[in-house]
Amino acid sequence: MASSSTTSPRGTNFELDPGKAPRKLSVADITTPPLHTISLLVRNKPGVLVRVSLVFSRRGYNIESLVVSPAISTGGIEGAPGEFSRMTITCSGDPDTLEQIIKQLEKLIDVVHAIDHTGQSVIESELVLVKLKADLKNRTEILQVAENYRAKVVDYGPESLILRCAGDSDKIDALVGLLRPFEIIELVRSGKILMARGLEET
Amino acid sequence: MLQKITTGGEKVIQCLEREGVEVIFGYSGGAAMPIFDALVDSKLKLVLVRHEQGATHMADGYARATGKPGVVLVTSGPGATNCVTGLLTALMDSVPMIVLTGQTITSMLGKDAFQEADVTGITYPVVKHSYLVKNAADIPRVMKEAFFIATTGRPGPVLIDLPKDITQGPCPAPFIDTVSLPGYVIPGRGNPALLAKAAALLQRSRKPVLYVGHGAVISGAGPAIVALANKLGAPIVNTLLGKGACPEDAANHLGMLGMHGTAYANKAVANCDLIMAIGARWDDRITGKLSEFCKDAVKIHVDIDVAEFNKVVRPDVSINGDARLVIEDLVPLVERAETTDWWKEITAWRKQFPLKYAKKGGLRAQYVLDRLDKLGGRECIITTDVGQHQMWAAQFCLTTKNRHWLSSGGAGTMGFGFPSAIGAAMATGKPTWCVVGDGGFQMTSCEMATAALQKVPVKILIINNSYLGMIRQWQELFFDNRISGADLEGNPDFIKLAGAYGIPGKRVKRAGDVDKALRWAMAYNEGPCLIEAEVVKEDNVFPMIPAGAAIRDMIIEKPKVRMEKPSGST
Repeated sequence: MASSSTTSPRGTNFELDPGKAPRKLSVADITTPPLHTISLLVRNKPGVLVRVSLVFSRRGYNIESLVVSPAISTGGIEGAPGEFSRMTITCSGDPDTLEQIIKQLEKLIDVVHAIDHTGQSVIESELVLVKLKADLKNRTEILQVAENYRAKVVDYGPESLILRCAGDSDKIDALVGLLRPFEIIELVRSGKILMARGLEET
Repeated sequence: MLQKITTGGEKVIQCLEREGVEVIFGYSGGAAMPIFDALVDSKLKLVLVRHEQGATHMADGYARATGKPGVVLVTSGPGATNCVTGLLTALMDSVPMIVLTGQTITSMLGKDAFQEADVTGITYPVVKHSYLVKNAADIPRVMKEAFFIATTGRPGPVLIDLPKDITQGPCPAPFIDTVSLPGYVIPGRGNPALLAKAAALLQRSRKPVLYVGHGAVISGAGPAIVALANKLGAPIVNTLLGKGACPEDAANHLGMLGMHGTAYANKAVANCDLIMAIGARWDDRITGKLSEFCKDAVKIHVDIDVAEFNKVVRPDVSINGDARLVIEDLVPLVERAETTDWWKEITAWRKQFPLKYAKKGGLRAQYVLDRLDKLGGRECIITTDVGQHQMWAAQFCLTTKNRHWLSSGGAGTMGFGFPSAIGAAMATGKPTWCVVGDGGFQMTSCEMATAALQKVPVKILIINNSYLGMIRQWQELFFDNRISGADLEGNPDFIKLAGAYGIPGKRVKRAGDVDKALRWAMAYNEGPCLIEAEVVKEDNVFPMIPAGAAIRDMIIEKPKVRMEKPSGST
């Protein structure tokens, strides 16, 4: 391996200047567990998803959303098409456990890198499909909501509508909230994907 | 004439040969037959064990004694699941191991074929990495990667699941000499800025302690640590698995720390102003109550695995790297620290709280192990099982050479001691003492057949108190002496049992006979032999820090008052 003697590039995000390293914060300070978003670049091998999810489940943590897709460019790593995948994971957890989770993810052989984007400025996006019961009475109203949220009507039936909307998770939450008074038959969300801004690595 | 085509199984064996493997510990079975067949024409030595768990512990002992990866070959289904305990043991203690498991043919995967088990699925949490080979062309790459992963960085076990059609079919793929594992980085030297910071802190310390773990054994950091300790004037303590990294008979060595460590080592840790962990992971057996552990001391942590930083303890300086390289770089950066007063304190503790045990009332395990130490035990490899005998051996059998102390630490696997001794003796040819309890020995005693067959110089020392002694001790101290599931009535006659395998044995009941028996075993190197020491049934390991208690709550002898049930883990 080319870089066999380099020191500690893994988990370096956590090697704070030791002299200034804050002592452990009291967990009681945290009222609601914040959601964290982690992006992973992984080798596209059978079992990689199990290995990743075991890191969470072993600690009793649940994955809120998970998106896996083939990676095209891999930031300086030569890979055949289909050799790498990207995962975007949203989860909750206290900061100490999350730090362990990221480090344990990075230890997995099939994980090339794991980056916690919590608190970073990133481009994030999510897709939602909503199937609604729509009759003559409320169709106009639904279409008004859809228009305001730039949601597209992708299926237009005599008794139903399917709306498709993309955007950050807050926007999707708001749209779903507004549609809730109408009769939602089915709702599918893609889970959050994200990308770091500028030349930062995702 | 037809040219013979290499099969997948032959390729696997050829890859093992190219990796320098000499011995395989295995147990055959249907799905592994093509690999076993390939062994017929190989110069690799196959050690046929009597149970797959034994094979994994033998490979583990082989690896711990040499640093080279131990190799296990078993069949599918139950053969593979019997390896799970051995994998856990190796993973917890960072032991390099390659486990090859047979598997049903690829077209039957997931169809409940005979002796099929989802082995990669079952073993995900207990391996460093694993492979299911579905294409014979992958064999050379997978084998190369497996050895690379098992032995580099923080070592660990790697499992390779090999379907029978893959090992039976042709494998024309060429051998591979390089690996490409993006994201897998092997830490080397420490960050210079952090080293300087650590050196400055060490320099300012008046009461330093160097806390040495298994990482120091694995990287061979012992001489560098001794040099650092001498230059600084700092005492050394080691963990159960750190035994042997630095000679325990040195004046600046305080022995083992932690739950059953020496009182003076624990006093030093409780009163230090700086503690430096070298290849150790602040295990709960070491720290006791975390909020009280060294709470005012500066903590420096040297580890090859960044995930160990901030896991249990938040260190002031965390240096990621190979323990030997880090400490070697650190030695020139320090000068002698002002520790004269510190040594006065330590010397006083040593005088006041030496390791001791009752000399009367029957044969004591501590006496037997003390005599083993005095009669040449330090020249031998010592392996232990898990329980009271393990703690007494750790206390009384000083380890002065690296890789001469083999014990299951993280997993605490009963049944580990005897097979690991076979593996260590096969790897080194050195006389190997295997200190076991009557409980743990019976978990893997079937391997006496293997030991006798291989004629290994393993000296089995059974500390027989007819109890699961450590369990009984806890029940006595914390559970009002309500003994439950700890009385091993029905034990066999161990001398006769050994005799059935053609292994000579001697029983010792009186202190006066101990030396004679130990000398006899020391002189017998034609094969395994066995000593059964019938010791006092009810004896306790002290000092003891109850699980979850602070180090200052250490008890030196049995307390008069009833104690609370411990709050810590197990």
